[in-house]
Amino acid sequence: MEIVTSIVAGILFMTATYLMLSKSLLRIIIGTGLLSHGAHLLILTMGGLKKGTVPLLDEHAASYVDPLPQALILTAIVISFGVTAFFLVLAYRSYQELGTDDMDQMRGNDQK
Amino acid sequence: MNNNIIILPIIIPMITAVLLIFFNKQEKVQKYLSAVSSVINIGISVFLVHYVHTNGIISLEVGDWKAPFGIVLVADMYAILLVLTANIIVFACLLFSYKIVDYHRSKFFYYSGVMFLLTGVSGAFLTGDLFNLFVFYEVMLMSSYFLIVHGNSKPQLRETIKYILVNVISSALFVISVAFLYAVTGTLNMADLSLRVAELGSSGIIAAISIMYLIVFGLKGAIFPLFFWMPGSYQAPPAAVTALFGALLTKVGVYSITRVFTLIFLQDIAFTHTFIAWLAVLTIIFGVIGAISFSDIKQIVIYNILTGVGVILFGVSTMTKSGLEGSVYYMIHDMIIKGLLFLLVGIVFSITGTTNLEKFSGLIKKYPTLGWMFFIAALALAGIPPLSGFIGKLKIVQGGFEQGEFVLAFAVLLSSLLVLYSVMKIFINGFWGEEKIPQVLETSQVKSLYVPAAFLLALSLFYGLGTEFISSYIKQAEQVLLSPDLYIEAVLKE
Repeated sequence: MEIVTSIVAGILFMTATYLMLSKSLLRIIIGTGLLSHGAHLLILTMGGLKKGTVPLLDEHAASYVDPLPQALILTAIVISFGVTAFFLVLAYRSYQELGTDDMDQMRGNDQK
Repeated sequence: MNNNIIILPIIIPMITAVLLIFFNKQEKVQKYLSAVSSVINIGISVFLVHYVHTNGIISLEVGDWKAPFGIVLVADMYAILLVLTANIIVFACLLFSYKIVDYHRSKFFYYSGVMFLLTGVSGAFLTGDLFNLFVFYEVMLMSSYFLIVHGNSKPQLRETIKYILVNVISSALFVISVAFLYAVTGTLNMADLSLRVAELGSSGIIAAISIMYLIVFGLKGAIFPLFFWMPGSYQAPPAAVTALFGALLTKVGVYSITRVFTLIFLQDIAFTHTFIAWLAVLTIIFGVIGAISFSDIKQIVIYNILTGVGVILFGVSTMTKSGLEGSVYYMIHDMIIKGLLFLLVGIVFSITGTTNLEKFSGLIKKYPTLGWMFFIAALALAGIPPLSGFIGKLKIVQGGFEQGEFVLAFAVLLSSLLVLYSVMKIFINGFWGEEKIPQVLETSQVKSLYVPAAFLLALSLFYGLGTEFISSYIKQAEQVLLSPDLYIEAVLKE
C-alpha cells in the first residue's frame, strides 16, 4: 500500500512541477495546491499505513494508527490554506494592477 | 520552574501584535506600544543571556510533557544571543519606521506585521523540535509576505509573487524532509533525533535527507544555487522592511543549517561538510561578483548579504573550534551591520530619492554625519581590525587553515577585498565628488533618521572594541555547537 501512495505522491509532485514551470499565474497556483497535496500524502505514507483503528480511545482496539502524522498534516493543511488564500488574493490584485497574468510579462527592470 | 522565562521572547511580541490589531487607527498608541514591548523584550533577552551564561543551557518542556514526546524550547547561548540581536535590530527598525511609515500605511497593521515577524524569528531560534521549527518558519514567512507587499506598489506586487512562490516550494520541501526523517527515525525532537541518527550510523538515506535539509534551509538562507530569488525580492519593499529582512530572514536559514549540521547530521562529515564548504565559497564568489557589478546601492548591499551568508557557512563547515567560534562572532556582526547598512541606504534614498549611484554624488558636504557613519560601517563590513567584522573572519579563516582547506580559506580572505571595494565604490561615487543631489532635504528633516542608525553603529563599534568582554559568551555558544552532547543532556535530562 505504501508503494502505491508513494507513486501517487510522485505523480502529484510531477504534475505540480510541470504546472509551476508554466507561464500563467493561475496554473502556478494550482501547481502549489497539488504540491501541498503531495506533501501531505507523503507525510501520511511515511508515518506508515499499517492496519489499525482510528486514533480515538473510545474504540478500545488492540492497535491504532499513528496519530502524530495526522496532527502534522492538519497543521500543514491550515498553513497551506492560509498561504494559498493570500497568494490567490495577491494574484487577483496584481492582475488588477499589472493587467497581466503572464509571468513573462512580469519581468521587471530596476525601478519600474 | 524558572525556565518558563524562555517563552517570554516569543510570547511578548505575539501578545503585542494581537493588541496592535485593535489599535490600528491610533498611530500614537501603536508607536508607544510597539516601542515599549520592544524595550521590554531587549531587557528580557539580556537577562536570559546572563542566565544562560551562569546556569548553562536551559530547556522548557511546554505543558510538562517529557522531552521527546512534547515540544521543548531550548535556550543555549547561540540561540539566545541571536534572539537578543534580533530584538535589537527590530527596535532600531521600529524607530526608523516611526519616521518613514506614514499613517496611511501604519493603520493597515504594519506594526502588527513587524511584531509577528519577530515572534516567528525568536521562535525559530528557540525551538527544539523540527516540526515546530517549520511552524515558526511559516509564522515568520507569512509576516514577511505581508510586509513585503505592504504599500501595494507595482514592483512590490510583482516581486511578492516570486517571493511567495519560492517560499511555498521550499516549505513543501521542508514538510517532505520532515516526513522522510520521521519515517527513518520516528521522532521529531532534535536532541532525540541526534541520538537516533547516531545509532543508525552512516547510511545513504541519512546523507540524502541531510542534503534535502541543506536545500530547504539553503532556499531560506540564500546559498549558492538557491539565492536567485533574493536580489529582486529585497529590492521591492521600503528601507525599514528590507533592513528587517536582510538582518533577520536569511540568518534564520543559516542558523538552522548550523543547528542541524552540528547536532543531527554528524555521521558523514567528510561528505556533507565538504559539500557545504564548497557551496559556501561559491556563495561568497557570486556575492562579490554581484556586489561589484551593480551601481545601485541597494543591490550592492543585497549581494553583500550573500557574501556574509557564505562566510558564516564556511566557518560552520570547518567543524573546528575556531571555525565555529568565528561563525558565531560573524553571524552577530553580520546581523547588526546589514541592518545598519540598509538603514543608511534608506536615509540616502529619502534624501536623494534614488538609489542609483550615477544619479547623485557629493553628499558628504551637506550630510557629513551620514557620510562618516557610512564610512565606518563600510570598514566594519569589510573587517578592518578594530571594528566588528574582524575577529569573526579571522577565526573562520584560522579554522579553514586548521582543516587544510587553503584554497577555500584564501577565497574567503580575498572576498574581503572585493567587499571593501564594493562599499567604497558607494562612498567614493556617492559621497565624494562634485555636489549633485536631485532633491535637497534640510539636515533637520533627516536628523531623526540618524538615531536608529547611530544606535546600531555604536553597537557595532562596541562589538568590535569590546571583543574581550563578549568572548566568554561566544565561547560558551561554540562549546555547545562543537559537542552536541551538552545539548542532548540538557534536553533529555534523565
